Amino acid sequence: MHVKIDELKSSLGTVKGLELSIGNIIEKAMAEEVGPTPFPSTVDLREWDFKLLEKYKPFYMPFCDVCCLCTFGKCDLSQSKRGACGLDMAAQQSRIVLLACCIGAATHVAHARHLVEHLVEKFGHDLKLDVGGVNVEVEAPVTRLVCGVKPETLGDLEDVLDYCETEITHLLSATHTGQEGSNLDFESKVFHAGMIDQVGMEVADIAQISAYNFPKADPDASLVNIGWGVVDSTKPVIMVVGHNVPSAIGIVDYLQDNGLQGMVEVSGLCCTAHDITRYDPKAKIVGPISWQLRYIRSGVPDVVVVDEQCIRADSLQEAQKIKAPLIASSPKNCLGLKNRTQDPVEAIVSDLVNGKAPGALILDPEKVGEVAVKTAILVAPKRKKFKVIPSVKDVIKGAKECRKCYECRRACPNDLPITEAVAEAAKGKLDALAELYDECIGCARCESACPQNLPLHSFIVRAAEKKMKGEIYKMRAGRGAIQDVEIRNVGGPIVLGEIPGVIALVGCANYPKGGKEVAEMAMEFAKRRYIVLTSGCAAMSAAMYKDENGQSPYEVYPGSFDAGGIVNVGSCVSNPHIAGAAIKIASIFAKRKLMGNYEEIADYIHNRVGAVGVAWGAMSQKAASIASGFWRLGVPVIVGPHGSKYRRMLLGRKDREEDWYVYDARTGDRVYAGPAPEHLFYAAETKEEAMVMIAKLCMRPNDTTKGRAIKLTHYIDLSRRLYGTMPDDIHLFVRTLADVPITMRDEILKVLKKSGWKERRVPDPTLLPRLIRKRKEES
Amino acid sequence: MNRAEPWQTAEIPGPKKALVISKPEIVAGMVKRAKRPILIVGHKASETEIGEEKMIDYLIRFAEVSNVTVVATAHVVKEFVNRGFQPATWMPIVDIANRLKDAEWKGLDGKGRYDLALFVGIPYYMEWLILSGLKHFSSELKTVSLDKHYQPHASWSFPNITVEKWKENLDVIVDKLKQG
Repeated sequence: MHVKIDELKSSLGTVKGLELSIGNIIEKAMAEEVGPTPFPSTVDLREWDFKLLEKYKPFYMPFCDVCCLCTFGKCDLSQSKRGACGLDMAAQQSRIVLLACCIGAATHVAHARHLVEHLVEKFGHDLKLDVGGVNVEVEAPVTRLVCGVKPETLGDLEDVLDYCETEITHLLSATHTGQEGSNLDFESKVFHAGMIDQVGMEVADIAQISAYNFPKADPDASLVNIGWGVVDSTKPVIMVVGHNVPSAIGIVDYLQDNGLQGMVEVSGLCCTAHDITRYDPKAKIVGPISWQLRYIRSGVPDVVVVDEQCIRADSLQEAQKIKAPLIASSPKNCLGLKNRTQDPVEAIVSDLVNGKAPGALILDPEKVGEVAVKTAILVAPKRKKFKVIPSVKDVIKGAKECRKCYECRRACPNDLPITEAVAEAAKGKLDALAELYDECIGCARCESACPQNLPLHSFIVRAAEKKMKGEIYKMRAGRGAIQDVEIRNVGGPIVLGEIPGVIALVGCANYPKGGKEVAEMAMEFAKRRYIVLTSGCAAMSAAMYKDENGQSPYEVYPGSFDAGGIVNVGSCVSNPHIAGAAIKIASIFAKRKLMGNYEEIADYIHNRVGAVGVAWGAMSQKAASIASGFWRLGVPVIVGPHGSKYRRMLLGRKDREEDWYVYDARTGDRVYAGPAPEHLFYAAETKEEAMVMIAKLCMRPNDTTKGRAIKLTHYIDLSRRLYGTMPDDIHLFVRTLADVPITMRDEILKVLKKSGWKERRVPDPTLLPRLIRKRKEES
Repeated sequence: MNRAEPWQTAEIPGPKKALVISKPEIVAGMVKRAKRPILIVGHKASETEIGEEKMIDYLIRFAEVSNVTVVATAHVVKEFVNRGFQPATWMPIVDIANRLKDAEWKGLDGKGRYDLALFVGIPYYMEWLILSGLKHFSSELKTVSLDKHYQPHASWSFPNITVEKWKENLDVIVDKLKQG
């Protein structure tokens, strides 16, 4: 059915230019009242964006003084110069941010499209969506909020993806030379890209949860094995890596269908690993993306199967070094391999086993499964786990060839003392090299830079061999959505501030000082009775840590969405369950209208839900778009120091009182609400700084006095412990004396007196004049 | 290594690049001439060794012999306090940079804008970006990197130098400031 609406006026607002080619999804939507912005265009939420951007102004940190995107250029944009097209540096930086977010959103939406097409082909259009049975009635909170529709079947999701694809095309077109000229409008479009990204990810995850029967909002999802040491290398080993799980599932299904389970190890990295353990808890996870190179070089995998996203571009070359055939299974990542999709299985296997072809492109997940298993079984005895990690003797010999040119260190993203460690190795001492392992992100730029062609990454891996083999941990498999009943239970305490915050540790593994810092943050805040959510590589890093009893964080803390829980929602595309939880607090707990009602729900979340995203190792364009999806909802995001390379922060100024006024919805008065939350996007220099800021960014204007006192307690306590001093801005967050934590009363009163603090009222906060219930002049 | 090129090889700057501090007296002179100098100290100041002491110990002496306002970033405030030195304030590096960019900002004490900002002890790539932001959006502000690696987005920076050479330079700066 094709629907075209030029202008639709209702009591809720006006919808213009709505055009949809969809099945019965609209009729389903009509059962619930739809808000003012269903299927919003690139400009429909612009006013909301500008409200946020007024408070959180962009601070640009250009990576480059020039623009080289068209043949007018290069154009020097330094010191207020404009390029040949008229663009200035601020607009150029925001344009690059938009490009990054378009790449990220397109990647997730294309992922969702491939997945949904495959699942529709396999299970049919009419397969019912089910992400949590009766425990989850709001099955797609982001899609409902953004699109104003209620998808019920796999086929309905195709319609939602049509919308996402249209929007991304519009957004990308805005980056063309001679299009958008305002940095703030670019920023608004960045927010739009992030919102679309959240929809695309949600579609992908609810489709795979429903079709593959992944854990359905299960707080007690299985504890699965993670770490290098969990892989049984005496068996044939298949390594799967990437994000789109059907080919990995093809492998598990083939093993099951042919009674081969337990005879072949299926080990994964990155998000495919998350999703394969959601399908089969016996599958094993090696680790996050940064383990890719070291795992291949170890020679443990007999076959490497890659799908899409975050896969090393040299994975084929690396697999060839260890004589392991590689199967590419995604049209987005063909690696120059011959397309063997239509060839007979036996012919492909024969070519791979006999080394006639280094790999094959197979665009059929079931065929990938059969070829991978048969090849692994036949190749394993031949390869005998051939590896390219040099022996200790060869490391020492190689180290003696080092010319101390420091090119390795200068290439290392973390400035690790590689040259110094190699010098020690030349003396026969490998401890310094082994120490690098914990902070090495596995990029191997050191090797590329070495004029002596020393395999420096492999040196590190050999030196840290013992440490690596001891990597044996437990991670709770991704549970997917948060149950409606969990939201009902914690919605009140979160909105009132009595649960001090919801911390989402998400994103990639580009850490400044290793993944351990993620685990430490997770445990610190779980201990303090925050709700800690995890996803993606960060969820894995949070698992790779043991306490004094030898337990991983997921073994110590429950998986329920409640105070003190550490809740792994799953892979990258599971992130919308985190945004969805915040949205459901507004819709289920506070009973705000959900469908197509973006502004109001975002306003609610921004002013009331003390949620903070932390992407400590954010690396990719996808991480940028994921973050921007949270920004539009008014949820602040902290990144690690490498996140400064996204080249733009969204920073509040707590010293500018005029920036922090809200409407009191009860009266319409403009009321100073304090800098809560102070920033929308911000890069922390160290873990300690991030932890203090996490506690601070959880404060919201709506906190009750009891809730604010609890939040202040954590903020002050962390400041004292990590900074050795009381915060210098307490007076901005104390609204009435009842906000002051009793145990710190005397000390805080002194600070308040010194700062000239005056009591102020706690508003019913909103940034939207239309939500004022009674205007002052009417009273 | 005494070349004016970025420490991290791929961090290619330009067209506008920092002038090289060829003599430490240049820095001492700039600090003396500045009406409102500010020193921003990152967490690496408490980790980096210079000879027998930590960078932070040198910076405390530097602050004591000059009229510079000290801002600690990240958690380094704790190390200052432990050494009995109270910086003017502490805040994230992106926050102080965002304020320095603002032509209307009157400084931490409300007495006016800073005219010289010295940076030290921030992770190389992060300082690189912060200095880039200031170079592009705060053209009135002069910036100096006191780290031992070339920071091309500063107004002035040391080239990539050894620890020994660095210590030598820093000692001269403190001595010159002490002389008034």
